[in-house]
Amino acid sequence: MPSLKDLRNRITSVKSTRKITKAMQMVAAAKLRRAQESALAARPYSERMATVLANLSSSMEGRDDAPQLLAGNGKDQTHLLVVCTAERGLCGGFNSSIARLAREHADRLMAQGKTVKIITVGKKGNDILKRLYGRFIIDTVDLRAARTLAFSHAQAIAQKVLKLFEDGQFDVCTLFFAEFKSVISQKPTALQLIPASVKGGKTPDLGGAIYDSEPDEGEILADLLPRNIAVQIFRALLENAASEQGARMSAMDSATRNAGDMINKLSIRYNRQRQAQITKELIEIISGAEAL
Amino acid sequence: MALHFELVSPERLLFSGDVAEVDIPGTEGDMGILPGHAPVLSTLRPGVVTVTKEGGAKERIFVRGGFAEVNPQGLTVLAEVAVPVAELNAERLAQEVKDAQEDVSDAQDDETRRRAQENLDHLQALQSAL
Repeated sequence: MPSLKDLRNRITSVKSTRKITKAMQMVAAAKLRRAQESALAARPYSERMATVLANLSSSMEGRDDAPQLLAGNGKDQTHLLVVCTAERGLCGGFNSSIARLAREHADRLMAQGKTVKIITVGKKGNDILKRLYGRFIIDTVDLRAARTLAFSHAQAIAQKVLKLFEDGQFDVCTLFFAEFKSVISQKPTALQLIPASVKGGKTPDLGGAIYDSEPDEGEILADLLPRNIAVQIFRALLENAASEQGARMSAMDSATRNAGDMINKLSIRYNRQRQAQITKELIEIISGAEAL
Repeated sequence: MALHFELVSPERLLFSGDVAEVDIPGTEGDMGILPGHAPVLSTLRPGVVTVTKEGGAKERIFVRGGFAEVNPQGLTVLAEVAVPVAELNAERLAQEVKDAQEDVSDAQDDETRRRAQENLDHLQALQSAL
């Protein structure tokens, strides 16, 4: 049975833990707002891009000279997984759920006899995947130094991916990130980057007219597809940033609540024990007096 | 009748509104877009987009890497980099030129080198014009 002093120390330590988790929750809430804003601000660009790509690629469908980024290089042997996670922990199941999705995907591919290569973005994902899949990780990207996510970060990753593709290092590329649904729900998502999946963009009504292209459609497409990769990665990074803060906020919220419950329980125990001790001392005094 | 014009960068929506005319630097030549223009898709070279607002006020914005789309709803310019010319200084432009020069020397094949060289030429033309 812990002594009164032990209990007192325990209560103080839980109290300071609660202060920390509470502060982290508030910081995450503030960061979440900013992350959400920038994710929203980036949406028009990727939406317009998707529309134009959907437009152009429908006209390229079935043609032999369709760019490889759109149609694939005809093989399906080597898969590249780009796994985006957070740089920091203490955000609930955020990092592990993304890593789990990537792991399941990798296991499925390997069971089919495919080759798997992994690029991790973010330290945490690297830490988790390193243990089991260390030999497949070909590159890691560290964004810890970046205070705010800029498009240039996404471009740097996109360039790496494109270079590997041009060198024939892989055939199919899939991007893993957590889609931001709401503060309490983030959905780990796998998105195929190469060959590009361009479905879903809505085509504007031209009223019977057709687009005049300058230069021709094939050339525009060849120019746009590499850009689209960077845009998709940028979107994934922004969604991830918002999801991370959301996950951290709810994780820290429940941690703060748990700490409160714990303090209540410990205080009740402390008070009971203190009372029992006083009673015991009284009994000792009284029985001492009676013995005289 | 006004032209609905939107300028979008990956980070945010920079301009959205009704204007009288927009001049854009297309890869194959400058284009003036007026209300009711036929649907067009075009890639852009590094250069300056000139927006003429209703009433005649002009706004000049430097753009790099992007494309323009005209449809019956209006004109949309997607650009990777978009900076108002007023905020564009020689230093910034010199940096862009330096990056472009690196692209030229890094180019693996003739096609990429040709494109990078074109980019560089446009930037240098802009630099001397400023």
